[in-house]
Amino acid sequence: MADLVNLTLDGKPIQAAPGTLLIEAARKQGIEVPAFCYVEGLALQAACRMCLVEVEKMPKLQTACTLPVGEGMVVRTNSPVIQQARKSMLELLLTNHPLDCPVCDKGGECELQDMIFTYGAGESRFTEVKHHVDEKQFSPVVFFDAPRCILCYRCVRICNEGMGVGALGVINRGVTSEIAPNLGDHLECDECGECIDICPVGALTSESYRYKARPWEMNHVGTICTHCSNGCKTTLGVRNDHILRGNNRDRSGINGEFLCIKGRYAFDFIDHPERLQSPMIKVNGEFQPVSWSRALMAVAKKFKEVREASGKFAVIGSNHTSNEENYWLQKFAREALNTNSIDHRRTGDLATLLDALSGRTNALASVEDLYTTKAAVVIGSDLSQQHPLLANQLRANFRHHKAAIYTVTEGPVRERKYAKLMRIAEPARQLEEVEALRNELAASGELVILFGDTVKGDAVRRLVAFGDSLGIPVKYICLVDYSNSRGASDMGLLPDLGPGYHPTGASGLTLPEILAAHDLDVVWIVGANPLAGTSLASDGAFVVVQEMFMTETAKRADVIFPAASAYEKDGTVTNVTGEVQQLKRASKTMGAKPDLEIFGLIAREMGIRDFLPAKPDAVLEQIRKTVRGYDVPLPVLMTGGAAQTMPVNGRVPVVSRPELIQSARDTLFTSGSLGRYSHKLNSVMERDRVRLYDSGVTAP
Amino acid sequence: MLYNEPSPLETKVLTRRFGLENSASIDTYLATDGYKAFMKAVGMTQDEIINEVKASNLRGRGGAGFPTGMKWSFVPRNVEKPRYIVVNADESEPGTCKDRLLIEYDPHQLIEGVLIAALAVGAKAGYIYIRGEYRYLIEIMDRAIAEAYSKGWLGKNINGTGIDFECYTHTGAGAYECGEESALLESLEGKRGIPRIRPPFPAVSGAWQSPTVLNNVETYCAVPPIILNGGQWFANLGTPKNGGTRLFCLSGHVNKPGVYELPMGFNLLRMIDEVGGGVWKGKKLKAVVPGGSSCPVLRAEECDLAMDYDTVAKAGSMLGSGGVMVMDEDTDIVKVALRTMKFYQHESCGWCIPCREGTTWLKKLLGRFDEGFGQSSDINLIGEVAKNMLGRTFCPLGDAAAMPTIAFVEKFRDEFEAKLTVVPGSFEDKSRLIQVV
Repeated sequence: MADLVNLTLDGKPIQAAPGTLLIEAARKQGIEVPAFCYVEGLALQAACRMCLVEVEKMPKLQTACTLPVGEGMVVRTNSPVIQQARKSMLELLLTNHPLDCPVCDKGGECELQDMIFTYGAGESRFTEVKHHVDEKQFSPVVFFDAPRCILCYRCVRICNEGMGVGALGVINRGVTSEIAPNLGDHLECDECGECIDICPVGALTSESYRYKARPWEMNHVGTICTHCSNGCKTTLGVRNDHILRGNNRDRSGINGEFLCIKGRYAFDFIDHPERLQSPMIKVNGEFQPVSWSRALMAVAKKFKEVREASGKFAVIGSNHTSNEENYWLQKFAREALNTNSIDHRRTGDLATLLDALSGRTNALASVEDLYTTKAAVVIGSDLSQQHPLLANQLRANFRHHKAAIYTVTEGPVRERKYAKLMRIAEPARQLEEVEALRNELAASGELVILFGDTVKGDAVRRLVAFGDSLGIPVKYICLVDYSNSRGASDMGLLPDLGPGYHPTGASGLTLPEILAAHDLDVVWIVGANPLAGTSLASDGAFVVVQEMFMTETAKRADVIFPAASAYEKDGTVTNVTGEVQQLKRASKTMGAKPDLEIFGLIAREMGIRDFLPAKPDAVLEQIRKTVRGYDVPLPVLMTGGAAQTMPVNGRVPVVSRPELIQSARDTLFTSGSLGRYSHKLNSVMERDRVRLYDSGVTAP
Repeated sequence: MLYNEPSPLETKVLTRRFGLENSASIDTYLATDGYKAFMKAVGMTQDEIINEVKASNLRGRGGAGFPTGMKWSFVPRNVEKPRYIVVNADESEPGTCKDRLLIEYDPHQLIEGVLIAALAVGAKAGYIYIRGEYRYLIEIMDRAIAEAYSKGWLGKNINGTGIDFECYTHTGAGAYECGEESALLESLEGKRGIPRIRPPFPAVSGAWQSPTVLNNVETYCAVPPIILNGGQWFANLGTPKNGGTRLFCLSGHVNKPGVYELPMGFNLLRMIDEVGGGVWKGKKLKAVVPGGSSCPVLRAEECDLAMDYDTVAKAGSMLGSGGVMVMDEDTDIVKVALRTMKFYQHESCGWCIPCREGTTWLKKLLGRFDEGFGQSSDINLIGEVAKNMLGRTFCPLGDAAAMPTIAFVEKFRDEFEAKLTVVPGSFEDKSRLIQVV
């Protein structure tokens, strides 16, 4: 570790690591050096000239964003010369920037506004005609107003380096320079909205939020995105219980500022007109809206009957419901309904991985590990589409640390732009290809292995044995697909394994078996759509469905309860890397209730007392006390942090059922049944054109 | 056919083959000591070549005037990367028309200079970046290169010396900014012609992040004579620290405009009168721009000076690229300022705020002023906007736009005042008010 560099900053002697940029050294000291174009993690630009500082012995003012600290440097960041320089830069910038503040979305959170207030002159001396071009729409998500653009090139860099897509560029020259989309007049890209959020002014605006509100009118609620399993924090802007926008500009989650189109914009399913808002009972083949008490009475009566007659219950849980809901549901099913036929749509073979890793607590990777590891192998996943945050971490890791990334997939993936080696192999041969990389991987010093549903059952054991044989520290990520798939598994929505993968000692039906059984009396389906494309063999079963929309499964129900989405309840969810985070209620839909509340109402209606209260706090307490690996620190959770769970403490008596594991195979623009109801996801043209492993369309 | 009659006052070193029949052909070149300097350099060490160039006091002829030998010595020796020689033939500085002649009449001299530079730093490949507007010159250069290849003066094992060198031309596409060395390298690499953050400088990390020697055409052309006749000889032709001769592009209101090779330190007034035949039509001299439009203007009374880098710099201007633009007493200085600013506004690459917005503001301001709609406060404003650009831009184009403007306003304020619609001191005169900025 090299010696620290000594320098003087605004009269104060400080020390900094060699190679630190002056602007960062200043920020660490609490000195704000203004900058538009400098973004930590992206290429240096020195284009905006706002960060000019005085350095003794250097004749010209220097940009603090490109100058590394030097031994003995004497730096001034706030002398009269600098103040005048900043004023003049802003005055020059305003010569073409239109004073659109009254009608510009960014008003109130605009960096240019902030800078003018802090550093600018009170008056501009410009009296000429400004350069004007009309506003353009680049895509259903992105609008671009060129006159407002200050040409900081953040959008170009975030799209190119940050996302690896490169859909934005600059055309023309001089003052007529303009940000341009990759297809001339429109964008074909991930529609993630990173460009919009990183834009310091209102040049890039979002279609879904335009002209709707001012930032100070909204409450900002940080919760976890309800789509894929990566667990990104999305800070929802809510006004009067109505979600207006999502972003993560406060960088408060494991995802920093990263969000994809789903995290940013696909909250709009909440407002879909077909949202169920009333319980319904099927009478003579037709659904009738009924009151809650009637619906509950009908369900409770049936449940009690079947229980007393020792009939057969089956429960199909959800990949989207919270840990509290999952825990409570399986406990109720096993203890109150006396059934172990509990399952959910499994998208990754977590149980076998945990068994193969038994006893090792340091073998599961976190999202942060993907950014710091020296090497990673991705097996059987189009990571940029199916796990955008994980892909983003690897990409940033390569960009900053030159990590060695390897992919073994059934078709080309976007990682090929920077992967050390890319191998194409059909699912059955992928493990072979990985094993052929033995020497490369062993030489890398440390490794993270990510695997999708092509590695399941015994293949998982083979993979772990391979990892062990490399003689270097190896961590694993079993890629599951939905927002709480990991939680569903950890909380025991499985026939033979309870919470924490504790063996129940009893047996039950798996999901396909539930669908195929002829003799079920009650099938209770919560937040899942297993009957899409198939039907329930038990024609006579009483089906209770808790759902948000009239899906294929809901159509088969006898009683439907309108459920709240993840954005409308409190609780916790666990992401693909096992990090637990808190859900915070952002909005409310009339008539819908959180699944946990519905469970509690059913229990109460059945007269069951002395059962775990169906309240998120109480259930979380229970989880923390009893579920292996979930004794996470509450302060971390409650302050919006992420705590990694480590449910590995010995063997897991798992019966490998690889045929039950199947990835959702969602692209960036699809999200199971939920995605069908997002207007935004359906409106972008990429939705119909993008396929997994088809790098021809969005990935250049 | 030459463009202008040579002057008897010239010292023809670089231009000695101008006027010969088929001066551009390799046969003519070989018959007039061609490629002899290269063969001599083959027998010299890298240090010996660089020291000879240092001794010559040759300074960059593109405009900046940086000592060439010193620049070559910055190329690191023990680095695994390939070295490149890049020729800046993107001659776009208004008033400059010398590199085109060197390429048109003596392209092999340029090739030989490049070869010697390659020996000095261990380069195996070179690129001649010619501005796109010089279409006919690209063909001439390509032909010369092809001749050199066919006669074994380029390619593998040049003339049996065991030295390999590949040489290519590369076309620009109409951007003045691509004459700036790092923007040129960006353009060479196929990217937008935006300058780079320096350091690192091209000598250490240039084309494709490899050590690169990047010099002007005229600079390379001076190298063969230096090697053949010795650095000291070249230095003695000029003044201390300003060695040799340079091609001056005399244009404007003179009787004999043209390109003349004169020793460094030649007196400017003498150049106008004796070489240029004096100001035309019997007019009086008003002003001279000494080295291309980026150089601050000199009033007639300031023109009695020696034309070398140091003397002109001390006088507050620059020797620059040698574009001497003579202006007579009837010249409208405001229009000159406006025309200059139109150029820089058009050519600004747009990367940084002060240049992009500053040149645009100045162009609009000067335009309005020239049309007669100016106010007296505008005169100070012109200078202030220009000063806000000075030293704050990403590359010297901002300075090149700002410095001449400041000079015009300060040295010819009376001309600006004459264009006012408002009389200074009257009610309209806003300069009476307290400035908020």
